[in-house]
Amino acid sequence: MTTLHIDWTACHGRGLCAELLPELLATDPWGYPIARTGGDVDVPAELHADAVTATKFCPRLALRLRAR
Amino acid sequence: MTDALWYLGRGTGVMALVLLTISVALGVAARSGEPLGPLPRFAVTAVHRNSGLIASVLLVGHVVTLLLDPYAQLKLIDVLVPFLGTAEPFWLGLGTLGLDLLLAVVVTSLLRMRVGVRGWRAVHWVSYAAWPVSLLHTLGMGTDAATPWLLALSVLCFVAVAAAAVYRLTLRAEVSR
Amino acid sequence: MTTMDTRVQPRLLDAAAADLGEHHRGHGPIPWQGGVGRMIGELQSAGLTGRGGAGFPTWRKVAEVATAARAVVVANGAETEPGSRKDDTLLRRCPHLVLDGVQLLVEATGADEAYLYVKPGDAMASVRHALTERHGWDRVAVRVVAAPNRFVAGEESAVLAAIAGRPARPADKWLPVVHSGLRGRATLVQNVETCAHVAQIARNGARWFRGLGTRDEPGTMLVTVHGAVREVPIGIALSELVTGPVLVGGYHGAWLSSPAPHLSRAALAPFGAAPGAGVLHPLAPGRCGLVETAAITRYLAGESAGQCGPCRNGLPATAALLSALADRTAPPDAVHRLDHLTGLVVGRGACRHPDGTARLIRSTLTVFGDEVRLHLAGRCSR
Ligand SMILES: Cc1cc2nc3c(=O)[nH]c(=O)nc-3n(C[C@H](O)[C@H](O)[C@H](O)COP(=O)(O)O)c2cc1C
Ligand code: SF4
Ligand code: SF4
Repeated sequence: MTTLHIDWTACHGRGLCAELLPELLATDPWGYPIARTGGDVDVPAELHADAVTATKFCPRLALRLRAR
Repeated sequence: MTDALWYLGRGTGVMALVLLTISVALGVAARSGEPLGPLPRFAVTAVHRNSGLIASVLLVGHVVTLLLDPYAQLKLIDVLVPFLGTAEPFWLGLGTLGLDLLLAVVVTSLLRMRVGVRGWRAVHWVSYAAWPVSLLHTLGMGTDAATPWLLALSVLCFVAVAAAAVYRLTLRAEVSR
Repeated sequence: MTTMDTRVQPRLLDAAAADLGEHHRGHGPIPWQGGVGRMIGELQSAGLTGRGGAGFPTWRKVAEVATAARAVVVANGAETEPGSRKDDTLLRRCPHLVLDGVQLLVEATGADEAYLYVKPGDAMASVRHALTERHGWDRVAVRVVAAPNRFVAGEESAVLAAIAGRPARPADKWLPVVHSGLRGRATLVQNVETCAHVAQIARNGARWFRGLGTRDEPGTMLVTVHGAVREVPIGIALSELVTGPVLVGGYHGAWLSSPAPHLSRAALAPFGAAPGAGVLHPLAPGRCGLVETAAITRYLAGESAGQCGPCRNGLPATAALLSALADRTAPPDAVHRLDHLTGLVVGRGACRHPDGTARLIRSTLTVFGDEVRLHLAGRCSR
């Protein structure tokens, strides 16, 4: 199990992550990712690969995966 | 055989310019923060990255074939250090410069997670220089410069990047208003 | 819970000493614990929690930092909360007690660097003077660093940024500061009042410390009411300190309709409140809670470091909506929208500034619910 950590000081709300991980992330009215669960986002095993893609595609390197 | 190398060298060079143009245009446009029409943002990013990568691969092909080609009289040092070449040192040097800049951009991008977003962004700015340098190199060096099709292609490339820049600047102006 | 006597002997405030000589006569030398383990065990038995607002068990942070090779200790005297005077009072009256605590934390963590972070002014002058007297007392020289007077400048990662010479803005917590703080070193940030308690626990023992306060939240705490600082046992009845509706825990705190509960985390939790750093703002008679909170929220929105999207966008939107509610110009669905906005900012920043602000708004909507309905109808009871 991994969790997805968002560095809010780096995120500029471009929303790529929400496109790549719609199961876990939505965007708020300002375009910033909003975890469907709140806080660091739990990533189930089947979405791990998509989450890795999201960390690589975030233009601001604001996303990181943490092993639990 | 040598003719084949010569054509391959030019062909890869022109294709590299086209893909680099696509990459730069998408990079410029996507940075505005707005999605490009119906395209998802990550798709734009993916095309931006992949076209840049393919452009670099083609560029390596361009250089290697011309190194092997006796007509081109390209020395290894000219590949790395700009403005030393005997034939057309200026136009050739632009190509070398473009190659160096692009390599820096690609390497820092592949190591982005390590380099960190600041260092990566700083280096990425030089891609704005790599593109016009490559375009000038194509026009000046290209034996085909006189041919209408290469001129037309260059104009197209220029228009693409200019349009992307205008798109981004107008969007930003709207946002800041 | 039994009502505590407010007139118990103060501990911290009684330890005032004009200079090191007086401090030495009253308290003796620094009660070194002779190694890393003992202080941690004593803090655990004492049950000391942080007095800077979050109320985290001190021994756990110390134990975490003690595992690192080269640790840093930071005493946080920023006291950026408007209306709070306790750290200032403590640093002016008993700087040596705080500095003894810093040295004991240095010993307990094996740190080789120590800082005291405080706004320029009398308190800083008092600390600087005290430090000149302490040659030969201290294991590690304490460096004084100036805190800017901005609300979020007291947050621990902002403190570390300021010490490192950068703007005092909070940072992302990918790694907690106890593991990676100042220049990547394990760092213990404790409020200066917490440091003073550490010194007294080392001198008098955990049992003594537990003689006041509640079983789960032992000891005394400093509170500020109307700018006056008092030392009270945790668990004291709030009614002994204030009357009428009161904002408990400062601007990141929560309103109570009356001071019925006691001043402890356990007693305040059902009200969505917490003692925080001990700041109590009673609602002045004749004032409207909505108008007061709208002003506070505008201040808090202005104090956002502006780094995190939800905070930078959400706090001003919240402040604008609450201000409209206070001015009786809010749309009919204002409460629903405020609920939504506060839900959007909670947990979505590098620091807890949005969370604290959301807590304030939610308690306001609950405690002043009648007032909200009047305002929506274009009236006000004040
Ligand atoms: C916005 C914000 C402001 C803070 N300001 C202060 C402060 O002025 N002084 C302080 O001691 N702690 C402040 N804190 C809490 C610190 O981050 C940290 O938890 C505290 O200094 C730890 O010490 P303690 O465990 O002894 O309480 C603030 C926290 C936040 C989120
Ligand atoms: S992709 Fe990165 S910058 Fe964009 S919204 Fe997601 S976290 Fe923020
Ligand atoms: S949450 Fe707000 S106050 Fe805290 S660091 Fe982010 S922008 Fe600054």
